[in-house]
Amino acid sequence: MQVYADQAATTKISERALQAMMPCYTDIFGNPSSLHEVGRAAEEAVEKARKSIASAIGAEAGEVYFTSGGSEADNWAITMAAQLGAKKGKKHLISSAFEHHAVLHTLDKLKKEGFEVTLLPVHEDGLVRPEELEAAIREDTALVTIMFVNNEVGTIQPIEKLGEICRQKGVLFHTDAVQAAGHLPIDVKEMKIDMLSMAGHKFHGPKGVGALFVRKGIAMSNLISGGGQEKGKRAGTENVPAIVGMAEALRESLENREEKNAAVLKMRKRLTEAVLQIPKSRLNGDPDQRIAGNMNFCFEGIEGESLLLYLDLQGICASSGSACTSGSLEPSHVLLALGVPVEIAHGSLRISLDESNTEEEVDYILQTLPGVVKRLREMSPMWEHIQKGEV
Amino acid sequence: MAMTYSEKVRDHFANPRNVGTIEDANGVGEVGNAVCGDIMKMYLKIENGVIEDVKFNTFGCGAAIATSSMATEMIKGKTIEEAEQLTNKAVVEALDGLPPVKIHCSVLAEEAVHAALEDYRKRLAAQQQ
Repeated sequence: MQVYADQAATTKISERALQAMMPCYTDIFGNPSSLHEVGRAAEEAVEKARKSIASAIGAEAGEVYFTSGGSEADNWAITMAAQLGAKKGKKHLISSAFEHHAVLHTLDKLKKEGFEVTLLPVHEDGLVRPEELEAAIREDTALVTIMFVNNEVGTIQPIEKLGEICRQKGVLFHTDAVQAAGHLPIDVKEMKIDMLSMAGHKFHGPKGVGALFVRKGIAMSNLISGGGQEKGKRAGTENVPAIVGMAEALRESLENREEKNAAVLKMRKRLTEAVLQIPKSRLNGDPDQRIAGNMNFCFEGIEGESLLLYLDLQGICASSGSACTSGSLEPSHVLLALGVPVEIAHGSLRISLDESNTEEEVDYILQTLPGVVKRLREMSPMWEHIQKGEV
Repeated sequence: MAMTYSEKVRDHFANPRNVGTIEDANGVGEVGNAVCGDIMKMYLKIENGVIEDVKFNTFGCGAAIATSSMATEMIKGKTIEEAEQLTNKAVVEALDGLPPVKIHCSVLAEEAVHAALEDYRKRLAAQQQ
C-alpha cells in the first residue's frame, strides 16, 4: 500500500485541472499576445483564468498577476513593497520568525541593502499576536508580511486582525497564502490584504505556476523586463496551460470546501489522538487553530530523516522539518521558533492530508507508525539516555 | 533537491547489520550529541586481540545508521590493529559514496569505533594494574 501523506509539499493534479489544460497544448496553442484568432483564443483562456482566480479571493481580475509559483510571488511582493517604502524613506520591514524561506531569504537580501527587519515571535502555539504586530509597527515601516498558514505546523494566523492593524497604520500588508489558497476561504477586501501569494500545485493544480494579488492603486515595480505581458510588469509569454489548470484546480478545490474540510478534520483528529498515545510524543503548534490536514509531531529519541526513510520503506510518504535534508545540522527553523528544544526538534514528522486521502490510509499509517518509532527507538542511544533519565 | 543515497546506503539503513548491544562488551564507545542530531554507540567484544563481536546503536539520519552498520561489518573478525586502521573514507567507499552533507556521519562512525577501542585499552590497562 502506498499512502501519500505529504499534501503540504505538493498535490497530485486533479483530473478536472488536467482536462482543462489539455486543449491549451493542442487547439489553444497560440501566443496570447498575437492579434490573430489563434492568439486571441489563448488570451481569452488566460483572462478567463485570471477572472476566476480573482473572484475566488474577492479580488478584481486586474489585480491578479501570474508568476512561476509561490516563491516568485513572495520575492516580487516583498521587494516591490521595500522599494516603494525606500522611496519615502521607510526602510523597516516586519515579518514572523517562521516564514517560508522564500520570504526569509528575500528579507535577508534586503537587510544587506540597508533595510531593518523585525521578526515577530510565534510562541509555542505557532501564532502571531496582533498586539505584538501593533507594537512593532513604526513610522518607517514599509511592509508587514505574515504567512496565512504555516507550511510546517499548519497554524492559521489571525490574518483579518493583522490586516486591520496594517490598514489602520497605513502599512502595506502581504501574506504568503501558499498553504491557504484552495483550503480556506479568502477575501482580500474583508481581510484587508494588500498583496497575496499563491501556488497552483498546493491545491491539485500544476507545478511551476502561481499568482500574486496586488491591490489596485499600489504602484508596482517591474519584475521581468521585456514584452507587455502582465501589464508589462512581468514579461514573458504566459504559461497558458498551467494558468488555466491552476484556475480550474482552485475552482474545484473551493467547491464544497466545508464538507471536504470536515472529512479531513475527522481523519486528522483520529490520527492525532492515536499517534499521541506513543510515549514521549508531541503535537507541535496549536491543536485547533490549524489547517484541517496538518499534523506535525515530534518523537523524542529518534531523528526525523531516518523516521521518514523507514516510513517510506513501508509506503508512507511524509516529510519532516529535519535539518538533514537541508544539509545543515540545524533542525527546522519553524520548530525552533515554536520553542521546541533542538534535540527534540530533530525528531519531527509532518503528516499532511487532504480530501484525496481516505480513512483506510489513516488506518495504515496507524498500523505502521508506532512500530517504526519503536524500532528506531530500540536502536537509539538517545532513547536509552531518555529511559534512564540521563537527559 | 532530494538527496540520493546509493543502493548500498539504502540497504544498510533498511537492514542495518549488527544492531543492538553486547551485555559483556569489553569496549564501549559513544560519540556525537543530541543537539547535532547524531549519537553513535559502539559495543565491542574483544578476545585475544580479535573483535569477536560488535554491535551498535545509533540516533541519527539514514546515513548515520548506514555508516554505523557498515563500520561494524568492516571491523568484525578483525584484529585490534586492523580495526584501528578504519577510516571514514573507507566506510564511504564501501557504501559507494555518501552525499557531501552526510560525510560527517562517516567521520562519526570512525570515531565511534576508535572510542570503543580506546575504552577497551583503558579497561585492559586498569586490569593489568
